[in-house]
Amino acid sequence: MASAFAYAPAPESRSVVDIAPSYGLFIDGEFTEAADGKVFKTVSPATEEVLSEIAQAGEADVDRAVAAARKAFEKWSALPGSERAKYLFRIARIIQERSRELAVLETLDNGKPIKETRDADLPLVAAHFFYYAGWADKLEHAGFGANPRPLGVAGQVIPWNFPLLMLAWKIAPALATGNTVVLKPAETTPLSALFFADICRQAGLPKGVVNILPGYGDTGAALVAHPDVNKVAFTGSTAVGKEIARTVAGTRKKLTLELGGKGANIVFDDAPIDQAVEGIVNGIFFNQGQVCCAGSRLLVQESIHDELLDSLKRRLSTLRLGDPLDKNTDIGAINSAEQLSRITTLVEQGEAEGAERWSPACEIPSSGYWFAPTLFTNVTQAHRIARDEIFGPVLSVLTFRTPDEAVAKANNTPYGLSAGIWTEKGSRILAVANKLRAGVVWSNTFNKFDPTSPFGGYKESGFGREGGRHGLEAYLDV
Amino acid sequence: MPTTAPNAAHALADVTASDGTLRRFLHGLPGVDAVGLEARAASLGTRSIKTTAKAYAIDLAISMVDLTTLEGADTPGKVRALGAKAVHPDPTDPATPSTAAVCVYPDMVATAKAAVAGSSVKVASVATAFPAGRAPLTVKLADVREAVAAGADEIDMVIDRGAFLAGHFMKVYDEIVAVREACGTEARLKVIFETGELSTYDNIRRASWLGMLAGADFIKTSTGKVAVNATPANTLLMLEAVRDFRAQTGIQVGVKPAGGIRTSKDAIKFLVLVNETAGEDWLDNHWFRFGASSLLNDLLMQRQKLATGRYSGPDYVTVD
Amino acid sequence: MSDRLSVLKTYKLYVGGKFPRSESGRVYEVTDAKGKWLANAPLSSRKDARDAVVAARKAFGGWSGATAYNRGQVLYRVAEMLEGRRAQFVHEVADAEGLSKSKAAEQVDAAIDRWVWYAGWTDKIAQVVGGGNPVAGPFFNLSSPEPTGVVAVLAPQESSFLGLVSVLAPVIATGNTAVVVASERSPLPALSLAEVLATSDVPGGVVNVLSGRTAEIAPPLASHQDVNAIDLAGADDVLAKELEIAAADNLKRVLRPQPVDNWSETPGTDRLTAFLETKTVWHPTGSLGASGSSY
Repeated sequence: MASAFAYAPAPESRSVVDIAPSYGLFIDGEFTEAADGKVFKTVSPATEEVLSEIAQAGEADVDRAVAAARKAFEKWSALPGSERAKYLFRIARIIQERSRELAVLETLDNGKPIKETRDADLPLVAAHFFYYAGWADKLEHAGFGANPRPLGVAGQVIPWNFPLLMLAWKIAPALATGNTVVLKPAETTPLSALFFADICRQAGLPKGVVNILPGYGDTGAALVAHPDVNKVAFTGSTAVGKEIARTVAGTRKKLTLELGGKGANIVFDDAPIDQAVEGIVNGIFFNQGQVCCAGSRLLVQESIHDELLDSLKRRLSTLRLGDPLDKNTDIGAINSAEQLSRITTLVEQGEAEGAERWSPACEIPSSGYWFAPTLFTNVTQAHRIARDEIFGPVLSVLTFRTPDEAVAKANNTPYGLSAGIWTEKGSRILAVANKLRAGVVWSNTFNKFDPTSPFGGYKESGFGREGGRHGLEAYLDV
Repeated sequence: MPTTAPNAAHALADVTASDGTLRRFLHGLPGVDAVGLEARAASLGTRSIKTTAKAYAIDLAISMVDLTTLEGADTPGKVRALGAKAVHPDPTDPATPSTAAVCVYPDMVATAKAAVAGSSVKVASVATAFPAGRAPLTVKLADVREAVAAGADEIDMVIDRGAFLAGHFMKVYDEIVAVREACGTEARLKVIFETGELSTYDNIRRASWLGMLAGADFIKTSTGKVAVNATPANTLLMLEAVRDFRAQTGIQVGVKPAGGIRTSKDAIKFLVLVNETAGEDWLDNHWFRFGASSLLNDLLMQRQKLATGRYSGPDYVTVD
Repeated sequence: MSDRLSVLKTYKLYVGGKFPRSESGRVYEVTDAKGKWLANAPLSSRKDARDAVVAARKAFGGWSGATAYNRGQVLYRVAEMLEGRRAQFVHEVADAEGLSKSKAAEQVDAAIDRWVWYAGWTDKIAQVVGGGNPVAGPFFNLSSPEPTGVVAVLAPQESSFLGLVSVLAPVIATGNTAVVVASERSPLPALSLAEVLATSDVPGGVVNVLSGRTAEIAPPLASHQDVNAIDLAGADDVLAKELEIAAADNLKRVLRPQPVDNWSETPGTDRLTAFLETKTVWHPTGSLGASGSSY
């Protein structure tokens, strides 16, 4: 923004975090090398700087970790719930203590703005552990029978978009209910999970209760296929989710999947317009749009299309893209070169299909992976950019004439994770919310998360819920 | 830069043709979601303004202060001291900008005028039976004319909140128009809504448009005399209103949050709101003001800290 | 014994509220436990399965949109109608499962009572599994269960009537619509149940009943992109695995077969919740404080 009031750089200090040159796998309470000695590098997507070298888990390591988790399960599940609760409370507190360090770490490894890791990711991570800690000794009151039992060893595979938050969503309910876990973080963002391993040690968590196996897709595949895993939880792409569903078919493994989305953000002509603009921006540019529940399809009532687009473009022009560690940065880096090329390909396809592309003037840093906030107008349901999950800062704008048409278009997708409704008319909110086939509906707000609030999808966005009382079910033998 | 027109001869002129059209227009403005508005204001409040940006912001903020004394105990001595402070806020550093104005009761205008003579500092006066505004229109207009006659450059009027809350929008409108006339061509008019009494954000948005339609040069949050005065959220809302009003009519209107802004940190947050909502056209004391008294000393202490690297103390700024 | 010749029934499928023959024109012989011919049942084809899914989808909006109270009344009506035709079902179940009249009567009575049990659940399950969530912010947040959609139900092979009712009633109680594949060997009670449903205010298409080879009809249902869920109760382990793999293509909710020793036991809520989604709706509240400008 070329204003007289140019904000000077305000970088968060990197010195609060000390990243070692290399990290091992975390198995049975110890950091250890991979059996085959394999390693991979994790880089900062904002600068392409190598941050650390990470042990890469193979099948033998999966075996070892599952065995450790199995061994730990007997004692862990037999602990009084009140004791398990105290371990989780400890973890929650240590996360709060170390939250600035973890926020900086996450920003370095993921590329998302410090503003988000500091104000969204980390507070939610601590809150999630705090919430499920309290459930550990109250499970018999949760509505799953008088004596709900844990499943055993949980194999968990998480994505790179909210590395530590997704870890919290997986590990907190699993441990609260008495399961032990083997978790595979994403290959581009392994660091915060390994720091979490250290937090487990600080909390005195018994060995083997939490095991962390960095690696690629094959590590995850080996984990979910492992015969001694009782529960599989996955967050990631729909394609991989389907593969996992096939893998566990015919077994007794309990499965929960939190997959892709193509969320509709529906703006009616009587919307609180300034807040709707904020909600649209938050819906698609939060975390560079690398959010499964992103409001990536803007459905705007035709009668206010031009007015809304003017406001939206004006607002996008104020977004600040750049150094993720700068406290004033709104848009950080794309997580990886691979993801950047996926976004680029889909956007080029959008242009080729005749949609109109617009981005605000913004300077793109010379190194790292970046993509300017982008919106497409003249998009129809037939365009690929209106159907495929782009998982980037790209908004497709479509119009509708009536509430029925809005609902029909919003639901016209194999996904069903999130949706937004903007109108000042209460009955319309309730009527539309009722008809939307989506697991989370935000009315006059967007992208709000809370540990007490169940999150998860309809249709090809997956099944099972994370968060709230509902989130316990995924880890109980019910 | 667009300039303020003294009347409503613009795209929205027929909105005020009758009580009915005005009511329909004001009720047809987009609603405000309180949580979303406050969240946006809070989010802009997390901007980190450092080094050069901070120095710029502090000087800009000083230049935007309407240095105010509005007490029953105001004396000529007090007002003269205030005037001197407005002209030279920091006697130790002549590079410190003057404030935008001093703001006093009408009977102190002449004294204030003399105190700031020869400087860029304007004299603003709260007229119209400030702060309650509960006086006959004739009395209010006389109040305004006296202040203007005494040399006031700016008049800060209060709207009739009772009429507004009773739904008599045309009455409020007519009164602003009358005051506007009483200001003549010399004085700029700031219209105070007393947002704390209007209570809802929807009301604040309606009042903003009502005031602008009636010819306000500035819209102003508060008198500083009630429990809730300027907040980031209500100021953000009014900045959206002036932004949208200019887009529709070409007429630029200023904004003045008043009451409760005491620290540099707060003031900078408001400037961020201006910068990212109305835009840089408003980053000038012709278009944005702070109604404040104690704020100035905090700005001065921060200014000294930036210049010297040491934290300053209250003994190093003047008490007036 | 009268020498009057009885009128035999032509058993038909139940699709979209109508009673068609299989589009394939095929039938297969249904015998009693001792191998005595009872009737010819339609041998459904893939196309019958497809038609049934279309009918179930068409009925979904109305049925899921009906009030829970209304659904409860309809399910109770099913029990009423069954009570009146109790003798017929006792006869059919006795033949189908080789049970004595008294044992068959127990099965039929339990099945009727099961409809009553689920009739009472329709307007309570949302209160049990849904509710407000105390989020840390100025938001109203409510989670409510919603039906998954079109559910393919492979009815248990052995318990031709009580088992069938036990898996079907919970599916439709919550507002799903169903495509039922009847017990392959004993489809007649299921086909007769369809006649009861048709006269019990259950809207056409809410329940569709197919008879035939489970292994033939189930795969197209498991892979059908417009089916949202599948209950594998009537599949053996090999078929169940194959169907679960096919079901992954559109991520159907899969209820794996579980051994059931005694269908008479009180079922609990598991089968109700298996085909429910949770929708969570957020809305800002703002505060009504004394701050003067907070809403």
